[in-house]
Amino acid sequence: MAWVTHLAAIRDNQDQSAFAEVFGYFAPRVKAFLMKSGASPDLAEDVTQEVMATLWRKAHMFDPAKASVSTWIFTIARNRRIDVLRKQRRPEPEDLTWGPEAEPDQEDVLALQQESAQLGEAIAALPDKQRELIVRAYYGELTHSEIADATGLPLGTIKSRIRLALDRLRHQLK
Amino acid sequence: MNEIKHHLTDALLMAYSAGSLPEGFNLVVATHISMCDECRARMHEFDTVGGAVMDAEAPEGLSDGSFAATLALIAAEPKDAIVAKPAKGDLPAPLQDYVGGNLADVKWRKVGGGVRQAILKTDKSASVRLLHIPAGAQMPDHGHRGTELTLVLQGAFKDETDRFGAGDIEVASEDDHHQPVAEMGQDCICLAATDAPLRFNSWIPRIAQPFLRI
Ligand SMILES: [Zn+2]
Ligand SMILES: [Zn+2]
Repeated sequence: MAWVTHLAAIRDNQDQSAFAEVFGYFAPRVKAFLMKSGASPDLAEDVTQEVMATLWRKAHMFDPAKASVSTWIFTIARNRRIDVLRKQRRPEPEDLTWGPEAEPDQEDVLALQQESAQLGEAIAALPDKQRELIVRAYYGELTHSEIADATGLPLGTIKSRIRLALDRLRHQLK
Repeated sequence: MNEIKHHLTDALLMAYSAGSLPEGFNLVVATHISMCDECRARMHEFDTVGGAVMDAEAPEGLSDGSFAATLALIAAEPKDAIVAKPAKGDLPAPLQDYVGGNLADVKWRKVGGGVRQAILKTDKSASVRLLHIPAGAQMPDHGHRGTELTLVLQGAFKDETDRFGAGDIEVASEDDHHQPVAEMGQDCICLAATDAPLRFNSWIPRIAQPFLRI
């Protein structure tokens, strides 16, 4: 939850000390993630800087009722990885008509942030072999058909936590 | 829009979220999600899994000047302009980007049997095309050497597995063999992607295959 407040401070006040804290926590994780995904340490470092700069520039697009800060940073890092490492365009789904301009309901924000944290705990609690498969999928090491085998994992029960929060959200917005 | 009955598989959504699909498949997935709230919610779930994976990484040390270098990047280009959303066309936004406009801007080519196609430009790892099938027309009977995604944008088709209406996606793999037939009443427009050439049973489409780039 704390990171959501940091993002708001960056968005509303260009708060550099909040940015420094977000950087201090997330940049080393983004770099590690990119290196595991096949980037050299130098490239991973460069791309991490771009990802963190994007976070600053797009802070007004962050919607805490739709994603946790780590989820949002992951999507930025993943898109840069596709761009830089795979030299591919990334088609993104059409934005819904409701935008981040509408102030999200605090209860939904809180629920979504809690669910996201619980999802992280649930993944950490998986047996090593199963967790390993999920992690490798997100490093881009598994093909679509290899992933098909991995989705038989008890991921379904884990995901349903986040599903409930998002479903509630979508119904309110309709 | 009628209710969507055929959705993306978990494997496709996870691969889309992980960023490991060919560009052509990403386009079909992004277009379906643009039409389907259910799969949009599932995509958010898979993105959340990705965020949790990244969050759990053992931190990798950054070079001393890294934070200063990031501030320099920001100073060079401080904030993204809030871009106004373009006027809504008759194609979902990701597809509009590839077509370069609306349905009327698609550059169709005849491929026989009244069927028209327009191949969209993506990287080579998969091929993706729009298909315009006249109401009641049949596609050639075929099998698959890889995965084929067919998303219905308008009208409907039926094959051996089921009926697919607007918004529905059919995911066919090596074991599947089918002959899609467009329903009567309205021409059927589909977005179809394959990561390997199809396997045709009759010789006419087989001869035409190199020209059609199917
Ligand atoms: Zn769907
Ligand atoms: Zn087929």
